[in-house]
This record gives sequence, C-alpha cells and structure tokens, in this order.
Amino acid sequence: MTSAEKPDFKVVGTRPIRPDGVEKVTGRARYGADTHPPGLAYAQILRSPHAHARIVSVDLSEAEKSPGVLAVATHSDLPAAEDKTEAVGEGAVNIKELSELILASEKVLFAGHGIAAVAAQTQNQADDAVAKIKVEYELLPAVLDVRDAMRDDAPILDESRRTKELGGETSDRPSNIASHSQFAAGDVEAGFAEADLIVERAFTTKMVHQGYIEPHSSTAMWNPDDTIAVWTSTQGPFAVRSQVAEILRRSLGSIRVTPMEIGGGFGGKMTIYLDAIAAVLSRKIGRPVKMSMSRRDVFEASGPTSGTAIRMKMGVKDGKITAAEASLTYEAGAFAGSSVGAGAMCMLAPYSIENIKLDTYDVVVNKPKTAAYRAPGAPAAAFASEQVIDEITKQLDVDPLQFRLQNSSREGTKMVTGMVFPTIGHEECVQAALDSPHYKTPIEGPNRGRGVASGFWFNGGMQSSVAASVNPDGSVNLTEGSPDIGGTRASLSMQLAESLGVSYEDIRPAVVDTDSIGHNDVTGGSRTTFASGLAVYEAGQAVVGQMKERAAKLWSVEADDVVYEEGVLKCLKDSTKEMTFKEMAAQSARTGGPIVGQASLNARGVGAAFATHIVDVEVDPDTGKTEILRYTAVQDAGKAVHPSYVEGQIQGGVAQGVGWALNEEYFYDEEGQLLNSSFLDYRMPTTLDLPMIDTIVLEVPNPGHPYGVRGVGEVPIIPPLAAVANAVADATGQRFTDLPMSPRRVVETLQELD
Amino acid sequence: MDNFTYAAPRTLGEAYALLANGQSTTFLAGGTDVIVQLREARKHCDQLIDLKHIPELMSLTLRSDGSLAIGAAMPCAEIYENAEATRAFPALIDVATLIGGIQIQGRASLGGNLCNASPAGDSACALAVQGARLLIGSSSGEREIVVEDLFAGPGENTLKPGEILVQIMIPAQPANSGARYIRFIPRNEMDIAVASAGARITLAPGGDTIESAKIAIGAVAPTPLVVEEAGAALEGQAPGEEAFARAGQLAADAARPITDMRGSAAQRKHLSSVLTRRALEGALSRAKEAR
Amino acid sequence: MARTHVVTTINGSETEFLAEPRESLLSVLRETLGLTGAKEGCNNGNCGACNVLFNGRLVNACCVLAVEAQEASITTAEGIANGAGLHPVQQAFLEEAALQCGICTPGFIVAAVALLGKEPDADEQRIRAYLAGNLCRCTGYDKIIRAVQKAGEKMQQGASA
Repeated sequence: MTSAEKPDFKVVGTRPIRPDGVEKVTGRARYGADTHPPGLAYAQILRSPHAHARIVSVDLSEAEKSPGVLAVATHSDLPAAEDKTEAVGEGAVNIKELSELILASEKVLFAGHGIAAVAAQTQNQADDAVAKIKVEYELLPAVLDVRDAMRDDAPILDESRRTKELGGETSDRPSNIASHSQFAAGDVEAGFAEADLIVERAFTTKMVHQGYIEPHSSTAMWNPDDTIAVWTSTQGPFAVRSQVAEILRRSLGSIRVTPMEIGGGFGGKMTIYLDAIAAVLSRKIGRPVKMSMSRRDVFEASGPTSGTAIRMKMGVKDGKITAAEASLTYEAGAFAGSSVGAGAMCMLAPYSIENIKLDTYDVVVNKPKTAAYRAPGAPAAAFASEQVIDEITKQLDVDPLQFRLQNSSREGTKMVTGMVFPTIGHEECVQAALDSPHYKTPIEGPNRGRGVASGFWFNGGMQSSVAASVNPDGSVNLTEGSPDIGGTRASLSMQLAESLGVSYEDIRPAVVDTDSIGHNDVTGGSRTTFASGLAVYEAGQAVVGQMKERAAKLWSVEADDVVYEEGVLKCLKDSTKEMTFKEMAAQSARTGGPIVGQASLNARGVGAAFATHIVDVEVDPDTGKTEILRYTAVQDAGKAVHPSYVEGQIQGGVAQGVGWALNEEYFYDEEGQLLNSSFLDYRMPTTLDLPMIDTIVLEVPNPGHPYGVRGVGEVPIIPPLAAVANAVADATGQRFTDLPMSPRRVVETLQELD
Repeated sequence: MDNFTYAAPRTLGEAYALLANGQSTTFLAGGTDVIVQLREARKHCDQLIDLKHIPELMSLTLRSDGSLAIGAAMPCAEIYENAEATRAFPALIDVATLIGGIQIQGRASLGGNLCNASPAGDSACALAVQGARLLIGSSSGEREIVVEDLFAGPGENTLKPGEILVQIMIPAQPANSGARYIRFIPRNEMDIAVASAGARITLAPGGDTIESAKIAIGAVAPTPLVVEEAGAALEGQAPGEEAFARAGQLAADAARPITDMRGSAAQRKHLSSVLTRRALEGALSRAKEAR
Repeated sequence: MARTHVVTTINGSETEFLAEPRESLLSVLRETLGLTGAKEGCNNGNCGACNVLFNGRLVNACCVLAVEAQEASITTAEGIANGAGLHPVQQAFLEEAALQCGICTPGFIVAAVALLGKEPDADEQRIRAYLAGNLCRCTGYDKIIRAVQKAGEKMQQGASA
C-alpha cells in the first residue's frame, strides 16, 4: 500500500472489522437458500436437454400425480408480456424476452432453457416429479459459435429478428445479428497511412461464468391480499422488484423484495430466473415456495459472459499509436444484449489515440443469455488490444511499460465516446509498475516469461438512497439498500462515521427490504462504495446540519453561529458552550424528536479506474501447463476506504482473470450440450493454482467524491487475460490469441501435435 | 434420484445375504463418487449396501512377509496416516494423497476407486505396477485376481453378481526397487487425470542396470493399460534419459486415447510418453534411496 | 419410502431426525435441522462449502448420506465457536478481511480448524494443499491463507503460554 499524501481522515483508510463479520464466520448469516418460512414448499424446473428445438407438446399429467406434488406451471401461467425494454442493473432487458427466458413458450433456445416448473412438499419430490414431465420436441439445428451465427445460411434463432444497423436502419431479412454499432474518432485511414509499423491480429475467447459459489435461490409468497413477498440472493432487490412487477403485471407497491446475504454475484445476480415463477407457484398453493438452482443449472441456465471474436489492427509511428481499428463480435446468448458496447468503449481508454474505429456486433447463439460479469465486455477487448500493443513493443524492442506510459491517457484526453477525462491515474499506475520491486527484479530461468497489461473501467454512479438515524446513545443506524457482496457495510459505515466525526463502532448498518428505503440501483458497476458512499456522506452532513440547528436553538444563537468539529458542536459566540455528538443525541427527544439524516441521489462525479498488472509465468513445454510464479497488480483506488477490502477486490479480480486466461471455458459438443457444467470440469483456480497476489494501491483522488473515492471492484479483472498471454508469449516465443491457454492448447501448439 | 433402501451389514455373511435378496444393489464405501452418481441419475439401484461396518473391509494390515492388505472401504486418509504403509509403499501414498482434496480423502476408498472402473481412476496404475492382487468374496467363497483384471471397460468391472471386493493386497516390493505414480491435471487440485502413469523399476544388484520394470498408463484407453513392452524394453538397460524416452515412446504407442472435454487424443498420447518418463525418473530415485 | 430414525451428536448435543436413505447429510442439516452454516455450493463434492467434521474427519456433507450419521459425532460451522468466544481461526478471518461474500467462509473455517487442530505450525504450502478442496471465487485466497497462518501462530502461542 503506497499513497502519496495522506489527507487527514480519521476512519476512512483504516482497517476495521466488518459489521457483518461475526455472523459470517459463525455460519449464522442467512443467504438465499437459507430462507425457511413456515409451510415452505419446494420447486424444481424442467430444463431442455436440447440447444434448439420447437416444443411440440408438454404432458404434465404424470408429474401432477407424482407423490407430494402441489402444483405445476408453464409459460402459459405467466401473463402476456409487453414487448418493451426496462433498465435493469447495469443494462436493459426486454420484458417479453425475459418472460421467454424464465420459461420457454414455443421454442427452447439453449440446453438448460426452462420449460415447466413443479412445486412439491420436498425437494426430492419436486425433482422426482420433474423427471416425469413428457416433452415432445422438434429438433432444430443449433448454432453455437458467434462467427457461424453471422453466416447467411446459419440457423435462425428468432425469425422476427432484424439487425439494427448503423444509423438506425434494420436489415430486410431475419438475422442472428441483433445489432451493429460503431465508435469512431478521427481518420483511421490517415492514421494507418502515417504509421511505420502496423500489427493486425484476430482473437477469440470462450463463454465463461462468474462462478459465484452460491447458486441462485429465491423464495416467494403470494399472500391472499395479492401482495407478494420475495426473499432472494440478488445484487439488486429493486431490480428484482421491477422485473417481478413487469413479468407478473403487478404494481411495484404490491411486491416486497428482501435481499438475503448474497454469496457472490459479479454481475450475474440481477436477472429474475426464479423469483416470478416461484411467486406463480405460491399463488396456486397458498404457501411459500423455494426455488434453488443446482450447480449444473447455474452453469446452463444463468447468465455467463460472452464468447467473443475480435480483430484488432494498430499502427504506430515513433513510439506513438497513430490509429486503431477493431471489430468486436460478442455472443449475446439466446436473446439479444451482450456487453460488446462496453467492451469497445473500454478497449483503448488507457491510451490517447486520435484515430479510432471500432465496429461492434451483438449476436444471438444457442447458448444461455449472457449477463454482466465484472467489467462486462472489457476483459476480452483488452485481451486483444493489450496483446497487439505487446507485439508492437516486442517488434520495436521497447519496454512495454514505457510504451504504455508514452501513449497514456491523462486528464484532458478524449475517449472514443467523446467524453474528456478529468483527473485519472493511468500514468501513475504504469509508473508505479515500472518502479515496483517486481518489475525491477529480472525474470530468469528457462521457460519463464513476464507480461504486463493495463485496463480501464468507467465505474458506475446511478441511484442510491440511505438514511442515518441517530439513537439516543449516540449510535447511528445506517439504513441502506445496497446488498453487501464484499464489505460495503464496512465501507459505507466508515464514510458515515467520517462524515459525522464519530467512531466506526457507533454505526449500525442494515441492508433493508424494498419497503423500507428509497430506490437503490444494483450493487454493481463498482458503484456502491462510491455512489452509496456519496449518499452516506450527504446523510451524515444532514444529521450534522440538524444538530447545528438544534444546538443553535438551545444556545439561542443563529445556526451559522454553530460549528461542528471532530464530533463536537461549538458556539462561535460563546466558547463555554459545547456539546458532543453523543450529548446532542441524548437531547434529541426534547429538541424536536429523532434526528434522521437522509440522502437520495443519482450520483454524478464518477471517477474512472485504471490498473496495470505484471505477471511472471513458467510454462512446462512438455505438458503445456502454465504456473503463475508472481503477480503484482497496481490500481488507482482514488481513496481506499477500507484498504483490506480494496486489496481483496484486486486479488479476487486477478484470480478470476487468471482462471479465464488459463483454464475456464464453456465446453460444448456439436449439438450444444454443455459438457463441463460442474466445478470439477469448469476449472476455476484453487488455492494451489495461485501465488500470493501483491497489490499496489494508488490514490489519485476522484474530484467527484468528498473523500476521493473511485470504484475498485471491476477493473482488476481486465488486465490479467492479456498480461498472462503476454507472459506466455515471452516464455514460449509463441503468441496465443485464443483463450483459454489451457495445457491442451499450449502443448498442442508447442509440440505441434495434430 | 432413486428412492433406494439402505443397509449397513456388520459382517461379510450379512452382506452376502443381502446380495441374494433379488434387489439391484450398489455398494457404498466413501460415497464420494457413488452418491453423486445416484443423485445425477447416472447410477440406479433398489438397495445401497454400506460396506464401512464390515471389519475385513476396514482394516489395514502390514503382514510379516512385508505385504500389505488394505480393506477395500478404508478411506485414503487412514492409509496415508499409517506410518508403516507410508514407509513401505510410497507409490501407494502417491495415490492416496492424490485422490480428491482432504475432504474427499477422509471418505474415498481404494476399493471404490477401483470398482468405479473409470479409465482415469488414479489407483489402478499405481497398484498394478506394484503387483497388487484383489481378494474378491462371495457366499460361495473367495477368489484372487491381479488388479488389472478388474477392468472391463469404462465404468464396468468384472465383479460378478453376489461378489464383493474385500481387500487389496500389495506384495512386499523387491529389493532395489522403487515405484512412482504421477498424473497430469490442468489445475493443481480438484481435477480428473488427463493422463497418468505408474512405473516400478527394480535395479540389478550393482545398481547400474535395470533388472525389471513395469509400466502402466491411465486415462488413455477404455481401461488402465499395463504396457508390457515398455517394461520389457528397459530390462538390462542402464537407467536414464535414453532408456526412459524409449519406454515413454512405447507407452505412447500403446495408448488408445479419445478426445473429450478433459483432453484431446493427441495430447493424451503425448502425455503418456512424458508421464511415463517422469514416473520412471521418480521410480529410479526411489529405487536408489531404497538401496 | 420409509424414513429412518437417526440418533446422532451434532455440535455436542444429541440430535434425532427422520430421513429418507437418499437424503444427504447436507440436506438434513439445512432443511430438517435448520443448521444452514453448511452451504450448498455444488452438491457434488467439488467446492467444500458444506464442510463438516464427521467423527473428527473433514468431509463434504453433500457426499455423506444422512443415515450414515447414526451414532456419529458431527461438528458444523455453528459449533466451531466456543460458547461466547470466537475460535482463533474465526477471529483471524475477521481481522485479515479473509472473506468477501462469505458463502465459502464456513467451509474454509471448518477445514482450517481441522488442519490447525493437528498442525498449528502448517506453512503456506501445507495450508494451500489442505484447503485446495475449498473454492473461493472472491478473494484469490491470499487473505484466507494469511488468516489461517495467523490463527496457527495464535494457537501455537496459546498452547505454549
């Protein structure tokens, strides 16, 4: 942990124990599947074994007679959905397609697509009954690869789909290409004409999963008064509420969503795969219904991130990038809406490049509908751009970090989107990487290599609403609506304590249900510590304002004559008059009642995040296996509110990125069956696959936040794919442009096996 | 998941009687494979017979002749926690410490690993090169087979209805010998072997030539393969890179692998050679230590 | 299918339950007995989130049948803390920020307690090997390993004091 200057914070920047820690280390914290209301029934979904098929008939009769069965449901139990788009989480969802995703009506579009649901007395009985549902399918050819799906003769998933082209035109015939967009600046032809070195390469990445350890689980109770209660593990209880309302065509006010503790999300826990159908079954039986995915269901039927095909061309002259051109093609899954746009916007953001043209294609294939995954779209894009840069530096024989420093974006640089950067920290990241003990230690030994890469993520703002209620003893209830996935109760409590000038231990945070606080957007986009933090700061200031007014009344002075310094109210007119925060809290009943500060906002002033990573690897040429020897991640956090959790976010992002680089992939057979839908064969890193991950946290304050906070969660997953690939290229002399760089791929390449 | 009955017989006799009741039966030892197979409907049965309460299947005996008898249901952890077994049979410990993580090793048994008859199972190759034999019991008596004869094909063993694998018997290892089992997995834990190899080398009294060798390779054919020609090619040779490379090539020639999500045929053939060489190197260094 | 009456000891208390033979120990702990500290991450023995001690051995509760618990002694995550005080492993997880979402945490803690109970001096490599059957997707393991090392040091100091 290094930091240039330490502003004078009392709580922000310290490392207290998280408020929810004791419950989580004693096994008493309650997650999605830990819900157990009285009278609970259990449900299971029948899922398609086929990747693409027309549903000819569904025979539920045997299932209905199966022991313990209480009710069954199919798509026809959902109200007709509106063909409209609603903002959900970090993206948008078409309600009609969401309804089809929850349970298919006429066609299944991927193996794992839900068809019918059964509620029973026990989970085993629900499972038994589902096995008795008879479905007749008319099999259709499946298309699994994004490039195949774009061909003119490809099987079409949706005959009504037309490509939304540049400028808003639509194609005249059915297509799997949902949309084609472009981001451009300057004149790329001129930029390439000027270049004295041009490198062009094609890259592919496979569909991968967020890999959260907690499967999706939702419990719903449809009450006799037509109110609906949902208990679920989600990044966005308000997003769940609005989706359930749209799908079931109920009012928002009739639905209460209680966010349980959440066992990881990384972008994947925002879509309502289970909630609405659990509610439908509950309505039929008048009892609460719990629905949980198996691990296999999670892999097959939740929302992984896109496989991609990216072509990238870059020109340089005198060590400066003159032009960059790319086409990015991303799998959306069974329905439109991949993260290709975000990928394109992030791809070259670390660099100041005048001439850019990026074409993006969002393409449907017979695989699960993709969802957000940590910095959605950006890691695959950086896998391409950061390798092309690496190859340029190798051809020019220049230091890859010096090259990045020379071309770096800085305050005032214009992104391809037209946005101009305020104060940002990419140059600082690259410089810190250059100065790091890791980079200064040469890598030696056979089959070893070093790679570096940078990454950029926008970070999110969006809506937050919080309340700070002062208790008579001076403790403060912090009521918030952002599910705590990785320590945000701590980071928000710390900012409230800082804003109030009280101690961290006096803050009692609670993540509450959707009836109990104003709207909060999802915990996602690296927004919570920043945006809810901003709200928390303002709520604290509101409390201080009220306390000043009350003190002014007590002292018969104007409010302006009262100041609040380090937890003490002071009268400017009379230095003998002072009251501590706790003394004023004790006076709340006789000075006007409870003191409650609230803040609701749509956060502006988001500070972008940059990171630069260094990795050393050793590749066994006989087996193709890559070991990570050493890893250093440099990142600008703006201000690390709780440095331990900032380091933890960085380390976790690196681990996911290394898994993506080396072993993780959705492995399909030709018919579209996912063959590795378990933690045994979907190979996420274990304790033995990673070294300790060194972090260097920089603090280039975000001018848009009172403490300088930038989001930190997402950017650390962006550089590892390319950094590892660059290191493997350094170690083997062979550039790997396709992920994963599994032992199979590496050994087949190095040993030239057929 | 089938709604089976559960029985935990206390003697082999009780177990044999249950096997005669006409129900389709699956055995439960550590359960780390079979419970998952039943849950995922990859296996079906009317009754599940838990073998862990039968003394013969839960014993570990180092006999006076230097041989080791391992109850078929003994968890791996109890094997590698046994100091004498660890000292005398290091290649057995290679396997016992490789199967699954710690929480699997506390339950998983060699008998279960063998009877699953997965081509990628870890125990077969290690046991085969050490000359292990299996004691198989039934109500009509006992029989013995060499370990490689248990395998009929992927997921199929040669036990007949009514039979139970009771014990795995590893003979005392020859003087001047050493054995080693290794596998290749993409991660460093929690994986199934992409390919594997076991090797035992017995050095001639002088120590500079190989008296005999036995090599077995896994996950590269429908059953674990003992590659006789690779072992034979090493006889009388000086142990070292050249001889081991030749043996590795012979092992690769014998491999008949498939391509699946865990690896390609070409990769597996190549790995057969690499792993055979590496297993031989490990076996050689153990043989030297033994001297 | 007739259910079996099982008498067992869980976290030191004699406990009875009825279970179908096909029910896993994990399912009975969670749904029948309300002990939800053991988490279902995969239900096939690949993640360690459901780790419990079964007759003193670390096991995945998803790969044990509930009927096997007859006359056994089981310790779950809820039984690790001693009365009002946290176990040194739990304390170290808090101090080292070794959890983010926390879903894998009970399994890691049960596993780490099993290791340090026998080998409080376990080094980094030994800790990594022992915990390799426990998956965490949030932390990259760094802080988990450090927490276990720290707890081991505390336990050694406690033992020598």
